[in-house]
Amino acid sequence: MSTVSTLPPAPTVDSPPVERPHRRPKASSNDVLEVASSAVSSLAFVWVVFSVAGLDAPFGLLLCSFLTFLLVYGTLSRVRHGALVMKNRLGTIFVWSGGLVAMVPLFLIIGWLLVRGAPVVFSHFPHYITHDAATAGAEQPTWTAGVGAAIVGTVEQVGLATLVACPIAVLTATFLNESRSGYSKVVRLVVDAMTGTPEIIAGLFVYLLWVQPHHTSGKSGAAAAAALAVMMLPFVTRGAQEVLRTVPGSLREAGMALGAPHWRLTLRVILPTARVGLVTVAILGVARAVGETAAVLFNAGGSANAHFNWNPFHGNQLDLPLYVLQLAQSAPANQVKEAWGGALVLVFFVLGLFALTRILGSGMPRGPRFSRFLLPPWRRLSADSQ
Amino acid sequence: MALASDLTAAEVVDVPIPLKRSASGADRVFRVILAGCGTTVLVVLGAVVVYLVHYSDRAFHKVGFGLITSSHWAPPFDLGILGALVGSVVIALLALTVALPLSVASALMINEYAPKRLRGMLVSLIDLLATVPSIVYGFWGLIALQTYLFGTTKFLARHFGFIPLFRTVEPNTYGLSVFDCGLVVAIMIIPIVTSISREVMARAPREPCEGALALGGTRWGMVTDVILPYSRNGIIGAALLGLGRAVGETMAVYLILSTTNILTPAILGPNGLGSITYLISRDFTSNPTLVKSALTEAGLALFATTLAMNLVARLVVTRSDEAYA
Repeated sequence: MSTVSTLPPAPTVDSPPVERPHRRPKASSNDVLEVASSAVSSLAFVWVVFSVAGLDAPFGLLLCSFLTFLLVYGTLSRVRHGALVMKNRLGTIFVWSGGLVAMVPLFLIIGWLLVRGAPVVFSHFPHYITHDAATAGAEQPTWTAGVGAAIVGTVEQVGLATLVACPIAVLTATFLNESRSGYSKVVRLVVDAMTGTPEIIAGLFVYLLWVQPHHTSGKSGAAAAAALAVMMLPFVTRGAQEVLRTVPGSLREAGMALGAPHWRLTLRVILPTARVGLVTVAILGVARAVGETAAVLFNAGGSANAHFNWNPFHGNQLDLPLYVLQLAQSAPANQVKEAWGGALVLVFFVLGLFALTRILGSGMPRGPRFSRFLLPPWRRLSADSQ
Repeated sequence: MALASDLTAAEVVDVPIPLKRSASGADRVFRVILAGCGTTVLVVLGAVVVYLVHYSDRAFHKVGFGLITSSHWAPPFDLGILGALVGSVVIALLALTVALPLSVASALMINEYAPKRLRGMLVSLIDLLATVPSIVYGFWGLIALQTYLFGTTKFLARHFGFIPLFRTVEPNTYGLSVFDCGLVVAIMIIPIVTSISREVMARAPREPCEGALALGGTRWGMVTDVILPYSRNGIIGAALLGLGRAVGETMAVYLILSTTNILTPAILGPNGLGSITYLISRDFTSNPTLVKSALTEAGLALFATTLAMNLVARLVVTRSDEAYA
């Protein structure tokens, strides 16, 4: 029969169809041409309109060209490919342009910090970070100002706040995780609600409670640290709670089955298992506290050209955010430059802490050696040697 | 010798052993310590509320509702914070209007559009943006963004001045305004809104997404018909958290604004609307007790607003978690 010969050849048995993962088709030259022609035509059109109207606004030109581009490209896609393709293309443009625009400020800020701040910090390195700004003035060169007193203040204030807030926060998180009572629900609700407390409220609270009753002598590093601790407490508690929730329940059950008392189970199994996460949360809390300005605004009391004050419990103490704030508001151009230097040092601090959390996170230990934690210390040594 | 099969069913009924473990002395002490820490947190945070209420009592009795019905702020005589109140709301709303589309776009970009290799880096970048201190944003906004915005502001005032919103209080003075503040605050809340909505979007189930693509839908179709409906609640929660942050933002506003806290629809120039946080940080320490008390009351209102927003946001976000978990 002649019809048989017109059938397509049957696939041979020895070559089974190869399964290939489906890939989305790449943009054809036609697509590229459509984008390019719409972009060029809209830019040219807007440019002509702007020159005829005599407008000189590069930002406005870009914005108008972008809007015209959307219109032209949308119409083109609608006419040539239909509504669905038009929506897809415009949506893709929205996502990419929105996402990239959201990233722009980061690069702008880093750029400004480096261009303005680096000359101040590094021109006579390390003079700027080891001296105070007591001898600096509006006429002196910027490097004679120093951020040393502010660094001392920040380290001491944030250190004090961390020492007070972090242990309490971690134990509270343990409490919230272990207890199912109604009381713990109340505590959880309050902690949740307080996580977003405005900084200025914490500052106001400490000022009214401590600084104002002591008149001017109440301002000190410790008062600032108290306000920072109020800010850190809910933040670290919530973070630690999330971390503790990731400790596998089997570990807890195994510990219980082996008859470990509750306190040993917590201190030797649960907290050690979660230690990397807990440290990360604590560091994030510190990184936030370093930059908190409104909380220390009323309470630290240091002025930007203050001498070193090593004692956080007595006398006004400067810190980095206050240093930046006061110099940023001053009129002389030199002092504004010094503020950029201070802001750069502040961002270095925060970036360093942030990098630390990433390094810790990447070096997570593979598995907890929980059996060791169950043993009392004197028997752990022998278990190690076996 | 009784085999298991010889036993009747009645004999093998499992009876759970009543698991009762009396806590040892050390455990009891440990539990008390844990509950004590929880109580410490509760007491500290409760003390903030109680103390602020107590301190604002005086202004409430002296000025009463005149505080929020008058917009004339000239301490220590005229205590009207309406202009600042409205300003705070305008700044927060402006910030959210700008930040929300950008945040949703960057969340989608990171999750769905960007190459997989870049995803981790982009997430880190957003987290990094969230940790930059607000004073740095504020300072940058004061020096850099103002100069960038100057031309735009002028253009808006010249050509769209027929809309009351786009006017200046004093003719031909631009900058140091509620508008600039709103944009800086928008830049500050973008990372928060982005990272929360990104997490919520990542939790949308993959099967319907792939189903949409397999049926020939476009990627944008998948986004609008699957991902966004699933994560709608989460995005609303993220927006509320961002709004709470925007209302309470202090340093950027304190550095940039220069204002008389009057009530006016114009947002482009100095000496117009104010802001609660600006008012507190500028006028608090240098004024007599009654003004302090009034400002504490304003702070309390701010605090209550952010608390409510946070609670609602957390509720909405966790509920969307549970619905699709």
